[in-house]
Amino acid sequence: MLFFDPILSATRIPHMLTDQTLAEKPDATVRAASYDERANRLPKVPKARQVSTKQSEDTRWVVRVARIRDAQDQQAFAELFEHFAPRVKAFLIKSGADASAAEDCAQDVMATLWRKAHMFDPTRASVATWIFTIARNRRIDLLRKERRPEPEELSWGPEPEPDAVEVIELQQENSRLIRAMSELSEKQRHLIEKAYFGELSHGEIAEQTGLPLGTIKSRIRLALEKLRHTMK
Amino acid sequence: MSKIKHHLSDQLLMSYAAGALPEAFNLVVATHISMCDECRARLETFEAIGGAVLDSAEPETSSNALTVDLAATLDRIKAQDVETTTPRKVVPGVFPKALQDYVGGDLEAVKWRPVGMGVRQAILDTSNSASVRLLYIPAGKALPDHGHHGTEMTLVLQGAFRDDHDRFGRGDIEIATEDLEHTPVAELGADCICLSATDAPLKFSGLLPRLAQRFLRI
Repeated sequence: MLFFDPILSATRIPHMLTDQTLAEKPDATVRAASYDERANRLPKVPKARQVSTKQSEDTRWVVRVARIRDAQDQQAFAELFEHFAPRVKAFLIKSGADASAAEDCAQDVMATLWRKAHMFDPTRASVATWIFTIARNRRIDLLRKERRPEPEELSWGPEPEPDAVEVIELQQENSRLIRAMSELSEKQRHLIEKAYFGELSHGEIAEQTGLPLGTIKSRIRLALEKLRHTMK
Repeated sequence: MSKIKHHLSDQLLMSYAAGALPEAFNLVVATHISMCDECRARLETFEAIGGAVLDSAEPETSSNALTVDLAATLDRIKAQDVETTTPRKVVPGVFPKALQDYVGGDLEAVKWRPVGMGVRQAILDTSNSASVRLLYIPAGKALPDHGHHGTEMTLVLQGAFRDDHDRFGRGDIEIATEDLEHTPVAELGADCICLSATDAPLKFSGLLPRLAQRFLRI
């Protein structure tokens, strides 16, 4: 079984990264949903199992990035690669790169994921978001031949590990965002995609997205406050 | 950090997240975010949309065009050193790191050029679609009127300036559009240093009479 590799358990894998602990953490969504449904009907799947499956789904990529960071795990990398590399390549092609530039750039983005695995902060971003930012920056290098000024990266040092509950909650919010995106009108979704594929100028971008972003923002804000506190 | 009152607009943050801003604006945004966790959180929220867009893009499984070479990528990884260091601590100064990278150091590294009436500027090297410069305004003097054609962002790095309605201190950002008419004046007490980007052509050179006229109003 993937998460109980004896070699890994000897290394510094955070306590959040096991199915067992994931199952013990309450899931805010599921709990809220089952509360609403109490008057109507019970959920079909037993609650504990539903929670565990869903949380594993939300955090599956976070777990794999941690395995790269802590154990240079090529299998975890291959799984991330299979999911994200074609998406990154598609993103670059839609942004105007030709096939060979997109291939080169996608390899570079995925290699950066390996090299910077220790910089990823799962209390502030999903793995998809993190990869998006790497790909976006490479796109600017590649297509515009410009430097991209970036704010200082803030990341957890080797210690302490971010809190597991906060990781799960932020990852859940990101899953919700993806669902909310699929529920937008075709026109709205298309406009957002165009903006993020780099097809719109800043004058053409309208900040009204129709997406519920308030909770994600509050969680990121809280994570930043904690981070600042540990950096002092 | 808590003292910052004037923040980036959602439109600018989303454009920065999407990678749609000219380099000069990127520099002002990155510098402000280095000083403002509120805007950093908002930026990272807009980046989450980018993540959702990337994740939702369904690659066509039937075509090989989107297949990326895993073996070649692993070779790249083997060829590169694993980065184990944490990011270097930024040397404390007036400028955040993003800006220090462009200046080549902190305040003492700036190559100022006089504009007149004690005001100095240093244009930073970016791509042409917009321009960015540092402005040094002696305490009590007015910011030169450089015209608000297009969008202009001004970030305070030291000191403060006031206009008729508001005060802008360190970390505050003013976003001006064409319809804004005002006369910002550097506060007494400390000289004011700003980072200002505009997508309108630079209008300082050749306009000294107009500048002087502006200054005489103080």
